[in-house]
Amino acid sequence: MKTTADFLIEIGCEEIPAGMLPMAIRELQAILEKYLRTFNLLQDSPVETLGAPRRLAGMCASILIKQPDEIKELTGPPKSVAYDAAGKPTRAAESFALKAGLPVGKLSIVETPKGEYLAAKQVIHGISAKAILEEVLPRAVAEISWPRTMYWTGISGLHFIRPIRWVVALLDGKVLQVTLGDAVAGKFSAGHRFLGKSKVPITGAKDYVQKLRSNYVLVHPEERAKKIHAELKHLAAGKGFRIHEDLNLLSMVTYLNEYPTAIMGGFDPAYLELPDEILLTVMRDHQKYFGLERKDGSLAPHFLAVINLDRDRAGLIRAGHERVLRARFADARFFWETDQKCRLADYLPKLSAVTYQAKLGSYGAKVERVRTMARWMAEQWFSSGIPRASVAAADRAAELSKCDLVTDMVREFTELQGIVGGLYAKSQGEPEEVAWAVYDHYKPASLDDPIPRNITGQAIALADKVDSLVGCFAVGLIPSGSSDPFALRRAAMGIVKIIVETKLPVSLPMIIERSARTFAVSPKKIEILPDVQKQVVDFMLERAKFYLKERAGMAYDEINAALAAGADDLVDAVRRIEAIKAIRKTKNFVPLAVSFKRIRKILEKAGPGDGWKLPTVRPDLFAEEAERQLHARTMEVAKAADQHKRQGKYREALQDIAGLRPDVDRFFDEVMVNAEDEQIRKNRLTLLSQLLSELSTIADFSEIVTVEK
Amino acid sequence: MKENIKKQVKKGLTFQNLILQLQHYWGDLGCVIQQPYDVEVGAGTMHPETYLRVLGSEPYRVAYVQPSRRPADGRYGENPNRLFKHHQLQVILKPSPADVQNLYLQSLSAIGLNLAEHDVRFEEDNWEAPTLGAWGMGWQVLLDGLEITQFTYFQQSGGIDLDPVSVELTYGLDRICAYLQGVDSVYDVRWSQDRTYGQVRLLEEQQFSAYNFEYADPAIARQLFELHEKEATQLLDQLEKTGPEQVRRFPLLAAYDHCLKCSHQFNLLDSRGVISTTERAQLIARVRQIACRIAVDFLAQQGLLASDRAISEVEK
Repeated sequence: MKTTADFLIEIGCEEIPAGMLPMAIRELQAILEKYLRTFNLLQDSPVETLGAPRRLAGMCASILIKQPDEIKELTGPPKSVAYDAAGKPTRAAESFALKAGLPVGKLSIVETPKGEYLAAKQVIHGISAKAILEEVLPRAVAEISWPRTMYWTGISGLHFIRPIRWVVALLDGKVLQVTLGDAVAGKFSAGHRFLGKSKVPITGAKDYVQKLRSNYVLVHPEERAKKIHAELKHLAAGKGFRIHEDLNLLSMVTYLNEYPTAIMGGFDPAYLELPDEILLTVMRDHQKYFGLERKDGSLAPHFLAVINLDRDRAGLIRAGHERVLRARFADARFFWETDQKCRLADYLPKLSAVTYQAKLGSYGAKVERVRTMARWMAEQWFSSGIPRASVAAADRAAELSKCDLVTDMVREFTELQGIVGGLYAKSQGEPEEVAWAVYDHYKPASLDDPIPRNITGQAIALADKVDSLVGCFAVGLIPSGSSDPFALRRAAMGIVKIIVETKLPVSLPMIIERSARTFAVSPKKIEILPDVQKQVVDFMLERAKFYLKERAGMAYDEINAALAAGADDLVDAVRRIEAIKAIRKTKNFVPLAVSFKRIRKILEKAGPGDGWKLPTVRPDLFAEEAERQLHARTMEVAKAADQHKRQGKYREALQDIAGLRPDVDRFFDEVMVNAEDEQIRKNRLTLLSQLLSELSTIADFSEIVTVEK
Repeated sequence: MKENIKKQVKKGLTFQNLILQLQHYWGDLGCVIQQPYDVEVGAGTMHPETYLRVLGSEPYRVAYVQPSRRPADGRYGENPNRLFKHHQLQVILKPSPADVQNLYLQSLSAIGLNLAEHDVRFEEDNWEAPTLGAWGMGWQVLLDGLEITQFTYFQQSGGIDLDPVSVELTYGLDRICAYLQGVDSVYDVRWSQDRTYGQVRLLEEQQFSAYNFEYADPAIARQLFELHEKEATQLLDQLEKTGPEQVRRFPLLAAYDHCLKCSHQFNLLDSRGVISTTERAQLIARVRQIACRIAVDFLAQQGLLASDRAISEVEK
């Protein structure tokens, strides 16, 4: 008898937003697998999920058609109670048999440590997969999470991303009774809207993909991506061009089309006078076209569009796309020319009328603060021996940084903020240093995005981001959960990335304090209290930990150990983390870390320091040789480590400290900290506390994760 | 006549025939063919035939052209694609039928498009009208890369959850027509057999751009905003003190007209560039507050009238 069958569900939907499809496909996989596993229907065949704009599908080549039977052993009364002297079942035996649903004759005897007992083997019959799936599938579909859902069959009806119009739900070729919204499951899918049949009969997981393919739906996202990529390359190569690669765009068009086909179009080469950034943004963000590059890297007057058809039958599609692009480029050229009828700096006064944040005031006020900060930073860097840091360039770049926000170009193409300002600055003859700084100052936009290319851009980027953080924290706009409207996490991460990658001398508390002072004198006169400043520092340190772990691949406990010993200077902290990593493998390090943890616990147990701490360790109170020795060695090691530390030799310094291990071990072997004599006890605690504070200036060893024995 | 249309389809329908074809198509599907609202609006959604009809449970189908004024979008007639006043064909189907996407696509066939020869797609675009407390989910429909229609499943209007859901189709007639006729500038569109869009409308674009950007007195626009707001508010305040008998005949529709006037004056102020971002948000909130009050009151009034009708049915 057949025990397994194929299973398929297809949720036929009106166009699902392309940006949400990949996640939904992944989620559906996890949800279906969870249910099939929970109900014991899953064997070795994997659960696969697929999708295209008008459908989300999940299938498994083989699931059990029925849950396995379960045998449950029930234990009843002791044998001595169950049978009378004549060996006849008593009432106790009969009532147990009744409970187990078996005749008395089918009961058995089991041996237990407590003696012999009556037992019953009960078989719990598995439920059919059909019944389970019919119950579970509507729940599974409702579990897919979307950023926002809608209803279409009335407010109490199903909420989903878009209306569900058909459902295919098949087990072993037979339709499951499932209803989603007002769509009743059947065996008919739908092909491509214009090229396929509107009713495509499906038998199951085996023919699903193939049946749809012959109806112009490539339901495997990878299949679509491959087709697109191959065609793009082919078309580009045909003209000797290279595709301006764009993985996000490739993913977007993969999930926008059921049967993607690439076509090439062209535009008037006169538009190539416009900067590449603008042309590419118009093509990518607004039209979802790929740009093409010539061998020398310059843009070609052509584009590739991905259409949802097998071919451009009448050439109308190409002509249509070209016409739309022409209009878009004409707009961009119009903006480029009219925006520059005056100079970039002339837009500055307008920024006073643009609100940055209601309580923080206008962009005009923000620019003033950023200027002050940028000048201050450049000055600091210059005087600390970085001659390329220019106060004048930083001031000019900061002044111009936000001017493009009120240009028509950025109003139309908001994603080009900064870039447009930089381009205008350049075309209006500002120094390269200034123009690039304006261009780059929103960078880095992500963990992988590069930081601003020059020191002036780095100064403006830091100043702008610190200003956002300090200001928003001051008025209570602190990111929580997924809500982070001012992208403060990204700003903090950007600050960390710039500091760590450039190794510029920046102290986090100092820039925050300096920024706070700019708020005090800004038009809204915002006072930023020390505890808010502290909050900002802590927030940045959280981002720093994230960055160092995710981007630099460092171990989190090493990061914690180094940051706990001092985090003002991130560049220095990174060097200390590297030293910890290098020394961690040596034999003394981990055992010492264990001892440090022990010391910390002892001190915590002893309570607040004012209860026991002596002004200084008193050698006259030492009772044991081991403590005398630990004291002497601690001073010796602290001195040596301190010297190495001053020379920036963190590894050597940590080695010095690790060398203390035998002395610490001996101390714990031979000395009872909690001595009966109060003074001796206090002295010992003081010794440990001194050891901890003097030897934790490079890393807090107690943060190192050690395997407890 | 039919032969004539066919010939025209080849060269692209004239602007007026495009409208007639679409009205014919939707009229055949049971839509009331309404006329444009005679108060300035920024979008077809603001027509009471949409804003108020989508409330409540009464089924309704309507289609109408709505000239929509957006002062800030004017370009003195110099930009080939941007207009101070553009024409929307608005269709409301309440409740939304299950085959609404197909109905829509067939309307494109009805205006001469062979769908297998074009790249027609539905791309996510959730629509929201903050001044009306209205939003919905749906798409912009792209024809060979050109946005031709906003397709929305209404979820809320006037801050009220809608049940049943209406579907709203908003065709951008001017650009669709330019596309069908294969012209790059909307002003070259043939409006009728012998008149172009430019001949019919250019003067209006020029004068209103000048008015909206240069001549309109912001102080007066502000006063008008406040006057209309005051009138709408005083009406709504009166309604609150009105007994049930009077509620039935209360002129809520007049209050709504004043709300629309507010919205228009706000748009005018916006195009004059005299409102800051913060003030902008405040003005929007003020209009929304009136619009939402009207929606709530309208629904209550309709409830009373419906129960009256039910009672008189029973009595008959």
